[in-house]
Amino acid sequence: MSTISRSIPRTDSPQKSAGRANYLDDMRIAGALHARLLLSTRPRARILRVETPALPDGYVTVDHSDIPGTNAVRMINDGWPLFPVDMVEYVGQPILLIAGPDVAVIDELLAAVTVEYEDLTPVFGIDGAETVEDPECFVDYHLEYHLEGAPGPTDQPSGDLAFTITETFDTGAQEHIYLEPQAMAAWCEGHRITVTGSIQCPYYVHKALVTVLGWDADRIRVVQATTGGAFGGKEDFPSVLAGYVALAAHKTGQPVKLVLDRGQDIEISTKRHPSRITLASSVGRSGLAQSTCADIRIDGGAFEGLSSTVLQRAMFNASGVYRIPEISVQGQAYRTNIVPYGAFRGFGSPQAFFASEMHMCHLARKHGEDPLSFKRRHLVRQGDRTITGGTLRDPVKMEEMIDSVLTQSEYNRKRPEYERATGITRRGIGVSLFNHGCGFTGSGERDIIKARVKLRGHADGKVEVLCSNVEMGQGAETTLRKIVAETLGVPIGNVVFQNPDTDQVPDSGPTVASRTVMVVGGLLHTAALKLKDATSPGPGQPVEVEANYQQPAEIEWDQSTFTGDAYPAFSWGVNIIEIELDLLTYAIRPLTVWASFDIGTAIDERIVIGQIHGGIAQGIGYGTTELLEVRDGAFQQRTMTDYVIPGSLDTPEIHVNLVSNPYHGGPFGAKGVGEIPLTGPPPALGDAVECALGVEIHQIPLTPEYLERIVRTQGGAQ
Amino acid sequence: MRISFTVNGNPVVVEAEPLARLLDVLRIDLGLHGVKEGCGEGECGACAVLLNGRIVNSCVTPVAAAADGEILTIEGFCETDRYAVIEQAFSDSGGVQCGFCTPGFVMATEALLRENSKPSEDEIRRGLSGNLCRCTGYNMIVQAVQAASETLNGQ
Ligand code: FES
Ligand code: FES
Repeated sequence: MSTISRSIPRTDSPQKSAGRANYLDDMRIAGALHARLLLSTRPRARILRVETPALPDGYVTVDHSDIPGTNAVRMINDGWPLFPVDMVEYVGQPILLIAGPDVAVIDELLAAVTVEYEDLTPVFGIDGAETVEDPECFVDYHLEYHLEGAPGPTDQPSGDLAFTITETFDTGAQEHIYLEPQAMAAWCEGHRITVTGSIQCPYYVHKALVTVLGWDADRIRVVQATTGGAFGGKEDFPSVLAGYVALAAHKTGQPVKLVLDRGQDIEISTKRHPSRITLASSVGRSGLAQSTCADIRIDGGAFEGLSSTVLQRAMFNASGVYRIPEISVQGQAYRTNIVPYGAFRGFGSPQAFFASEMHMCHLARKHGEDPLSFKRRHLVRQGDRTITGGTLRDPVKMEEMIDSVLTQSEYNRKRPEYERATGITRRGIGVSLFNHGCGFTGSGERDIIKARVKLRGHADGKVEVLCSNVEMGQGAETTLRKIVAETLGVPIGNVVFQNPDTDQVPDSGPTVASRTVMVVGGLLHTAALKLKDATSPGPGQPVEVEANYQQPAEIEWDQSTFTGDAYPAFSWGVNIIEIELDLLTYAIRPLTVWASFDIGTAIDERIVIGQIHGGIAQGIGYGTTELLEVRDGAFQQRTMTDYVIPGSLDTPEIHVNLVSNPYHGGPFGAKGVGEIPLTGPPPALGDAVECALGVEIHQIPLTPEYLERIVRTQGGAQ
Repeated sequence: MRISFTVNGNPVVVEAEPLARLLDVLRIDLGLHGVKEGCGEGECGACAVLLNGRIVNSCVTPVAAAADGEILTIEGFCETDRYAVIEQAFSDSGGVQCGFCTPGFVMATEALLRENSKPSEDEIRRGLSGNLCRCTGYNMIVQAVQAASETLNGQ
């Protein structure tokens, strides 16, 4: 273990345990008004008339007519209106808000608002889009990859093909359930506005406010409040809420606070994109997969938001961690009349890995081989081409990682035993192999994000970290400070990290995409090296140094054809999961997870393992109980009672081993860890169920209803 | 209606509807912000407090139920020696990430260890089953409770 990996106490831990950490709703904001939203009850309709009741003194409504700038939530494009003008596009779309001193009065007023609609025909989900003649797509991509050195399709003697399989996989929506619901507040001072809230990306919010208010950037200040979990859910949606509170504060001249209750949070915030992925592969007589054709469709919801980039990431993972010479991938993001889907830990990758891993299991089965052995024969190696024609430059340690968990789990003994077992209670054991590209796709870091960080060294030896990346539970505060302290050779206590404030920190990009440690931590490392040599401008004066992102020289990427190195580095993972299930309830009980990860170097082992545990739990939820069903455009699950995330009794024992594989482009060799742990469990669980029941799995979540049905229809559980 | 009870050892009298949520009285009237609202429906335990020594979710407890009772919130508990042990154990084990669930888990840990000073792993998981955490995957919290139990038992 590298010395930096040795765990240190998290500085935020004592305050949080004592209940002294101030999340947005805990902040005392003098004179703050409350705001509540009026939501559309129709999935797709023209708004004919909105009638608001007479408002008592001190209460105001805010809607599209109060927007001084552009009526758009700025993301990749401006297609998402902050408030609708004459059309609603989904159930739960905020139409207006009412702000005032008393929440109960606001609720009465909202109940008295009448909206007259003229209903139009909605499209619900992928099923709905597929039944429409010409479904509307936000994006529609077609890519063909022919890996260098591999025989082309025409060179392939067709008589050499043993079989082909074409099959379709469905993955459901997933709600983040960060434990602190979305929350935001705003106030005006002079000609400036300050917005503070539970957010991942201060500068995303900042840019969104520039668009909505139409003001110069320097009139807007965004400060992150202590954030109670995010998982991607506070990447995009806070830009929406920030617009609401900013408009209300601007209109009333008073501070305004908007805290969603859990039901409303589930109802209107973004979620993981549901997907339908069809994979068609051919396997040669040699037992090697020759080609894969992937068709990936995701439900984008009503507005595009981040759907195009989520779809890209899904497409770039269509062949998993395997060498397949011929690949074609097409992808579409449908526009439907459901809450816009958005960022969620993994960002399209968990969907693709579920499909490609299960598909490999099915190819193996048809070939008459154990899935793990079949997968191992196809594993990519160092020097191989990636699906986009990039190069895997760094060592791939998957073989060693697989061996370690195989031994620990006794997979080779258990698998055949469980496959043969009969009786009401069955066990299963399954494997998944996966990776995750760290940082933004392609040249996004260089061309779009352009990250900058600063360090400010003070005469008393204190060093301030100035970056826009946030602590949201994942340990960024401790990790980034540790990188700086270790580089400077000073005690960690000398390095100060505060919740980012756009008045103070440069734009080092959003806290997303497994980039915070590798990219931003890397920049801080560079800045710390500069600081060592820098001299103070004058006695007692602080010295400031800056570092800017430089794309590694070896990286080549063409965004117009999606070719080249989609990611500068990959983290890698192996999961083995053992489960128990009985044929009466069909409820899956995960018993143990053995996990091996290569994330480069761990900057702090306990924090890294904490990320892995939490990601695995979230992946288990995604694969088993976290079901969101849409009826008439509305989610049927509205509470944490209906939407079931894993509890202490549902989360198995988790054994993690970290394989050291330092990446030259990351600080101390670190790569990313935030997202990858969520990817492993769904396919490992699927494989474990196949082992236990002898069925073929094609969807998640693995609900008892689904398992009961496929056992019946496929004649499983003999 | 006037309702009196003690909070963290201090007698208080509040004017509230009897069905008002204890959570709101604690957070809004008494400014005790360590008590968090995660779900508002008794599912997550972020709002957990001890009422007469028993753990309750204050979001589904009407304030009238606290009349003449004794309430201990994280603000009071964090002044005690037992808290110091539990806090240290959470920190050492990695039981705290975003922290929004943590005060509730700390109160649930105290309630559990008061009843059962040497719980097994299974008893710990059961004892914490009223609290949800989305960040940690629970294993490190379970370890924290084990460690706290050992320290409190003088091992
Ligand atoms: S807020 Fe009370 S149980 Fe969740
Ligand atoms: S630490 Fe975030 S919910 Fe538990």
